[in-house]
Amino acid sequence: MAEKKLMYGNHAMVEGVIAAGCRFFAGYPITPQNEIPEYMSVRMNEIGGVFIQTESEIAAINMLFGAAAAGKRAMTSSSSPGISLMQEGISYIAGADMPVLVVNVVRGGPGLGNIAPAQSDYYQATRGGGHGDYFTITLAPNSAQELYEFPRLTFELAEKYRNPALILADGLLGQMMEPVALSAEPVDPNTLPEPPYALSGCRGRERRVTRSYDLKAGHLEEWNWRRNAKYAQIIKEEQRSEAVSCDDADLIIVAYGTCARVCGAAIRMAREKGLKVGLLRPITLWPFPKNSLLALAKTAKDFLVVEMNLGQMVDDVKLAIECTRKIHFHGRPGGGVPTPPEIYEKIVEILGGA
Amino acid sequence: MQQIFGRPQGLTDVLQRYCPGCGHGVVHRIIGELLVKLNIRERTVGIAPVGCSVFADEYFNCDMIQPPHGRGPAVSTGIKRTRPNCIVFSYQGDGDLAAIGTAEIVHAAARNENITVIFINNAIFGMTGGQMAPTTLPGMRSTTSVQGRDIKKQGYPIKVCELLAGLDGPYYLVRTAVNTPKNVIATEKAIKNAFVNQVDNKGFSLVEILSMCPTNWGMTPVQAKKWTDESMIKYYPLGEYRNRAKEGK
Repeated sequence: MAEKKLMYGNHAMVEGVIAAGCRFFAGYPITPQNEIPEYMSVRMNEIGGVFIQTESEIAAINMLFGAAAAGKRAMTSSSSPGISLMQEGISYIAGADMPVLVVNVVRGGPGLGNIAPAQSDYYQATRGGGHGDYFTITLAPNSAQELYEFPRLTFELAEKYRNPALILADGLLGQMMEPVALSAEPVDPNTLPEPPYALSGCRGRERRVTRSYDLKAGHLEEWNWRRNAKYAQIIKEEQRSEAVSCDDADLIIVAYGTCARVCGAAIRMAREKGLKVGLLRPITLWPFPKNSLLALAKTAKDFLVVEMNLGQMVDDVKLAIECTRKIHFHGRPGGGVPTPPEIYEKIVEILGGA
Repeated sequence: MQQIFGRPQGLTDVLQRYCPGCGHGVVHRIIGELLVKLNIRERTVGIAPVGCSVFADEYFNCDMIQPPHGRGPAVSTGIKRTRPNCIVFSYQGDGDLAAIGTAEIVHAAARNENITVIFINNAIFGMTGGQMAPTTLPGMRSTTSVQGRDIKKQGYPIKVCELLAGLDGPYYLVRTAVNTPKNVIATEKAIKNAFVNQVDNKGFSLVEILSMCPTNWGMTPVQAKKWTDESMIKYYPLGEYRNRAKEGK
């Protein structure tokens, strides 16, 4: 049986990154994710990994670009304003088809905003975020266990598709203490194969070049179409979601991360009153779990999207089910976190009371 | 017939798209030769900047990467720290290194990151068509300072070697030029030192090279070489600004 430990979400994430065989971290302090670099600096020192506190998030993401191009697993973590600064680098990394892991412990925005939990970077995460046509694989954990497990999964997806990948968390998930089952078999980085693009010196082979530009007429268009085929494959094969109490549900709540935890509690309250409510929790925000939603739209009458923002994922729900069902929205922007009674009230309002 | 001169193995067999009289070609050749002479070509990763020498990723016969404008030192750090046996050099122009990438170069130097930086200072933005650079001389004309750089409005040029010499971190800082055979020989020596320092794990080495841009200076190649002597070297004195090897460290 796997060892279980009571851990902070942020510490679980660090252990998950190390268990994934990642030995390179670069980042810049920003609240509410400072426990990640602090704990990482200690752990990387213990295991002989690289920890660099950078001069900026811009430097951090570019160090990741270098480390990934060298064929190594590399990650950074930051929070919303810092992630905005990284967008140039993420675009280049996407343009060079390199795998990296970027963790965004989302806080209230826009601007300096506040340091409360938020989901207001959903659009940024799921629409590329920087300049140019691209997408980033984006996962949304909702427990310390998933904060531990998702780094490995995210690296594997990023490498399989040679694409930058994000984990979206928030300060609440990071500060929560929960039991975490640790992996019995962490990845030994020395056993990871050298990727075919790795810059390592051209001894015994042709030289390799990593770039995101191609100025020859028509070449970039062709390159973008090839990347689009990759995106189509990701959309087809990598949608992940969790459905709870959905089979008989008249109302499906769609929520991820912290919101999904809150909605889970509200759904239990509603079920006790005999209200038929279920939860569809997107685990991949990109690719969006459209197929699960489409299937649920055959049986459920209403959808309620709950987000800690002004309404962003609700657009993806509308696109997924093509507005064939009534779609309600409940949002809390600027670092507001909904409560179970608040969601329960909304459920009653939609289903007509119990 | 015996061939006594040819393309060094450190350069690829492609046509370089630099203007007549440009200094990039000379510096490329020096690096291309040294990659072979120092027997490091097969373990080298080069960084090409954004600017005229963005195409350096086609010209150097070694592994290459092309990062965002100014971020060469950060990308170099990511490569060097994960592959310490690789020799990593960052080739950058003055817009790249002394404007948009100021933070990255200062902090790579402060960390004494074990990399080699080749900094081409031609006092102008070349590829974008001759705009004012952070290194444009006072009074020098550019497409964004058509009356000549006015220090009251546009401030003073940045002297990179002097700036970085204010830090304890860097191991080797030197300024050279490529406008005369004598200066080219000095440049080769400096670049060689900068690579050998890295091979010996000494730390951060930067060679600032005063280079000609006849196209955007509005001069013939011969005039540009002369102007380098008369104006550039006067403002940017040649020589070593830091050499820890000579301090016995």
